[in-house]
Amino acid sequence: MSEQTRGRLSLLRAAFVIARRDFTAILFGRTFIFFLLGPLFPVVVMALAGGVGAQVQSGVAVADIGVAMEAQDVDAMLAAREEVAEQLGGGVPPMVATARLEPGESFDARAVLESGGGSLAAVVTGTPEAPVLTATEGRVRNWQGLVGMIAGFAADPGTRSYPAVSTQAVVTSGAAETSGRIKTAQGGQILLFMLIMLLASMVLSNLVEEKGNKIIEILAAAVPMDAVFLGKLFAMLGISVVGIVVWASTGFAILTAGGVTLSDYANPGVGWPMFFVLFAAYFAMGYLLLGSIFLAVGSLANTVREVQTLSMPATMAQILVFFFASLAVTDQGGWVEYSAMAFPLSSPFAMVARAATDEALWPHVLALLWQAAWVAVFIRAGASLFRRRVMKSGPQGARKSRSLVKAIGGLFRNDSATAG
Amino acid sequence: MDMATGEFTPATGTTPLAIEARGLIKRFDGTTAVDGVDISVPQGAIYGVLGPNGAGKTTTLRMLLGIIEPDAGYRRVLGAENPQDVARRIGYLPEERGLYPTMKAYEAIAFMGALRGVPLAEGRRRGKELLEEHGLAHAIDRQIRQLSKGMAQTVQLLGTLVHDPALVVFDEPFSGLDAINQGKLELLIRGLADKGTTVIFSTHVIAHAERLCEQIAIIAGGKVPYAGSVEEARDRIPAQVRLETRNPDGAWRAALPEGTRRVGQFWYFPLPESGVEPLLKALIEGDAGILSLSIERAGLHDAFVAIAGEAAARAMVTQAAGEAT
Repeated sequence: MSEQTRGRLSLLRAAFVIARRDFTAILFGRTFIFFLLGPLFPVVVMALAGGVGAQVQSGVAVADIGVAMEAQDVDAMLAAREEVAEQLGGGVPPMVATARLEPGESFDARAVLESGGGSLAAVVTGTPEAPVLTATEGRVRNWQGLVGMIAGFAADPGTRSYPAVSTQAVVTSGAAETSGRIKTAQGGQILLFMLIMLLASMVLSNLVEEKGNKIIEILAAAVPMDAVFLGKLFAMLGISVVGIVVWASTGFAILTAGGVTLSDYANPGVGWPMFFVLFAAYFAMGYLLLGSIFLAVGSLANTVREVQTLSMPATMAQILVFFFASLAVTDQGGWVEYSAMAFPLSSPFAMVARAATDEALWPHVLALLWQAAWVAVFIRAGASLFRRRVMKSGPQGARKSRSLVKAIGGLFRNDSATAG
Repeated sequence: MDMATGEFTPATGTTPLAIEARGLIKRFDGTTAVDGVDISVPQGAIYGVLGPNGAGKTTTLRMLLGIIEPDAGYRRVLGAENPQDVARRIGYLPEERGLYPTMKAYEAIAFMGALRGVPLAEGRRRGKELLEEHGLAHAIDRQIRQLSKGMAQTVQLLGTLVHDPALVVFDEPFSGLDAINQGKLELLIRGLADKGTTVIFSTHVIAHAERLCEQIAIIAGGKVPYAGSVEEARDRIPAQVRLETRNPDGAWRAALPEGTRRVGQFWYFPLPESGVEPLLKALIEGDAGILSLSIERAGLHDAFVAIAGEAAARAMVTQAAGEAT
């Protein structure tokens, strides 16, 4: 049978026809410029989400001073730290025993700090009488006096003179790296959230506009509704790729012009190249999950007002999911993080954060497979709902003033169109 | 079924059927919109679906097209039980006209063709050709929102035909068109049928069906009380005799059959089964003074009233009058 006489378009080809129309219409539409300006909004949201961010930072970015001395000196240093902290109040960083050395045993503080991981920001070696502070330059400046005071108390609790602290600077430390990675995690989550919400809203508006234009019945008569659903979903994904390329290029150009490079920032756990790859993958998963929900919601609505009413719960729920995933950063390895990784809608956000903070790649393989399975479930359920309901709420349905409650209640019935 | 063409041939006839539906039922929220519809549309016919608003016409057409699934019943369209399997051979113009407002006219036609499998480049070429053929060459590059309502409707109509379908389904195609464009559309429908295309359209204006259709289905209250030829529908009503006499009264009046009514100077009564000759003889012998006598065949409207009922007919007339104003 020739291409011309074959009975109908395949699902993929029909979806391609729909996607091509939507893609070009949006790309060359007047509103595309507003879409490109969309990333400005994260700045506002970041300010609003500052509270949570601060909590996350305070909960996670702990910077410890390690002590690596002979055993009795370690104990003396820790006791002195407690005493100094008591007298000074807040602002004295925690001090932990990193190593209790045998007499004559050496300790490579620089190597320990540069190996990364953990919460060590500095290491004090030597003796209380002649302490050596190893840390990044900034930490050395901030803590040199404080370490001298603690060492003085450790050497002689009644002293009023403090030993000179020798210093050696390192490029980075575990604490600096952890703090930087958490910032990367938070930034990645916020960017991911904004992109997904922006695109899911656009796909919803696009569908409602189509219903308003009465085109949906023409589409329904010509191609399977699943193809319409898929076409719209993937057209917006294509648009987002264009947007991301534009934003990334612009951002890269601005940063390069300002002399800033990625090496100025903490290296994500998986490294920058893999982080970008994973970010793109989680963006696609997150968008497909939320876009499916929004398209299904759109199939119930006739007007922009109804869309706003119906999509608000979905939007609010997604904001809660986002905050949930943000809080997961504070509980790495705990039940909050594992719950956020397992729950399909928060999983992309939680995993982006994990890509920033943890080196292991295998959890991402598992997470992507898990999310892909849920994407399939969401698309299938969304397309099914879309197919059953999109012709239900035509203009005649609107004239009959069907209440939204009734429409939602009808989701679970198997009828699918208005009488004509 | 003819395996070569995919057309369905009924067991009792020789004309292949483009559409066959039996016992289609559709319910919405407990209300039965279509209640056991039977339709047989011969291949190449112009077939009308008549009924007032809310009778179930659109729902029936949507079920025939596979836009919605029937709750019960059976349908076969161009040989396929699932109409979506032959979607590329069907053209559909819904009652609610719709086009993308920012699309150019020829692009809109090409897009509708692409939905039915016409490659985009070919659709664009055909779109331009069709617009030129229908006197809209000046509108080829205009956006839909820049066109008048009539022009936009024509663009959508051409989009329905761009893929050269074997079956065209129009839902209330004359709705919203002025008299001139209604005439043009009638010509276009006849042209399609002349090429062998099967055309099925719904309408609440009986005159269109009477002028165009060989076959009709009358839908009222979700049921089809009649489906068959227009001629057969008209033949269901006996022909009416209209008599005008010089003498208003006399012995001749005894010759008039039961049920005769007088309107002005005319007498109306059904044509007697014995024919008009015995009656003529009685009138002449009774000195009626015949001024005129004519036998008038019932129109489709009369047939519709007789089949669907007075209420349905009144609803149709009211609806058509409302649109005209």
